[in-house]
Amino acid sequence: MEEVIDNSAANYKELLKHYLESQDEQALYGVEKVSKSFIKNEILPEEIINLHIQAMGEINPNLKADYKHSMNFLLEAMIFYGLAMQEIPLLKEEKHVLKSEISVAASMQKTLLGTTKPTIEGLDIGIISVPAHQMNGDYHHFIKGKDGSLGIAIADVVGKGIPAALCMSMIKYAMDSYPEESMSPKSILKNLNRVVERNVDPSMFITMCYAHYKPKESKLYLSSAGHEPGYYYHAQSDTFEEIETKGLVLGVSPDTEYAQYELPINKNDMIILLTDGVTECRDGDRFIDSREVLDIIKQYADLPAQQMVEGVYKHFEKLQDFQLRDDFTLLVLRKDV
Amino acid sequence: MNLTVNVVEENEKSILNVSGEIDIYTAPKLKETLLPLTKVEGKTVEVNLENVNYMDSTGLGVFISALKSTKEKKSKLTLINLQDRVMRIFEITGLDDVIDIKAAIRGGNE
Repeated sequence: MEEVIDNSAANYKELLKHYLESQDEQALYGVEKVSKSFIKNEILPEEIINLHIQAMGEINPNLKADYKHSMNFLLEAMIFYGLAMQEIPLLKEEKHVLKSEISVAASMQKTLLGTTKPTIEGLDIGIISVPAHQMNGDYHHFIKGKDGSLGIAIADVVGKGIPAALCMSMIKYAMDSYPEESMSPKSILKNLNRVVERNVDPSMFITMCYAHYKPKESKLYLSSAGHEPGYYYHAQSDTFEEIETKGLVLGVSPDTEYAQYELPINKNDMIILLTDGVTECRDGDRFIDSREVLDIIKQYADLPAQQMVEGVYKHFEKLQDFQLRDDFTLLVLRKDV
Repeated sequence: MNLTVNVVEENEKSILNVSGEIDIYTAPKLKETLLPLTKVEGKTVEVNLENVNYMDSTGLGVFISALKSTKEKKSKLTLINLQDRVMRIFEITGLDDVIDIKAAIRGGNE
């Protein structure tokens, strides 16, 4: 290493001499390379200035006293830069540690929040969830009840990165602790709201739609906490209808009550639940509106639910200037019999 | 995308004229200006969103924290002149029931 430095130092002097004589750009290019080698060898700025002072003294023994004093002055000034720079390797090391810890956390998160699509007789379920960035702020969860019913939560945590991810775990464990079958969507949201309100940063909130399907009654019970409205497809009339749900997002006001809606589901009817990543897709500067999303869903409606949601996503992904600005989650339920 | 926030003081009221897009990149700028104002005891803050053509959920987060701080400090927050697209977000999230919002200037329903 010493040798490398000595070489670079000699090189610096040569280049400086050459530059003083000719102002040749080649010399500037040369010093750039020398400088990189100094950085690589962790040479401090004041050492470079010291080198410059010596080199100048050798090149021109008749330097003015003012000039020499000024260079020593500069040398002193640069010492503090040097001290600050010495922290860089340490910071790099710390960054590396943090980065690997985050990726461990991210994969743990994935395991913790994992949910499997259940098989419910007479119900075809399709789900796709694509994160816009490394960590997904959308969340969905299936809970199959002992009575054959199905609980579905679809949520969007607003606020990014690690706080949002932690917040989701909190939601999931709160939900797991409720005696599922005895709870209606409106009381689940009411309870979750209290948990979120107490435990979350003021600028963070969660939108959630909770649905409970009871096959024996052929009915879907549903409540929404400020979540993007879903759609109801009537097979008989071949039309879509926005499911009008109103309710305040979770985490804003502690005593919020939620309305509960009841939808009869007939053969081949579909329920479409989504997050705003779907309705906020952009094709260049143009927003893709929900009618367009429904048209595409209709195009793929003959396929099994899983292929359908994948087809819809692929369709948007193929648009020329498509950009996914937000996490995209699309969930379809279709009654088979 | 850009966001500009201008504050006009009118008697006891601060009016924020916001224009541009409020998203994850620009929301901190709005927050920096809006939050300290709502933290002033008894203050009335009016946010004019006439020239805001896009807002995402990060923007909502800013208004939610502002709302929470008005409750603590007994200050007042009013949003005015919302465009349809922005109004829709407040309606979906149910925030139009808890935040004082004055009707849109550009038509109600499409």
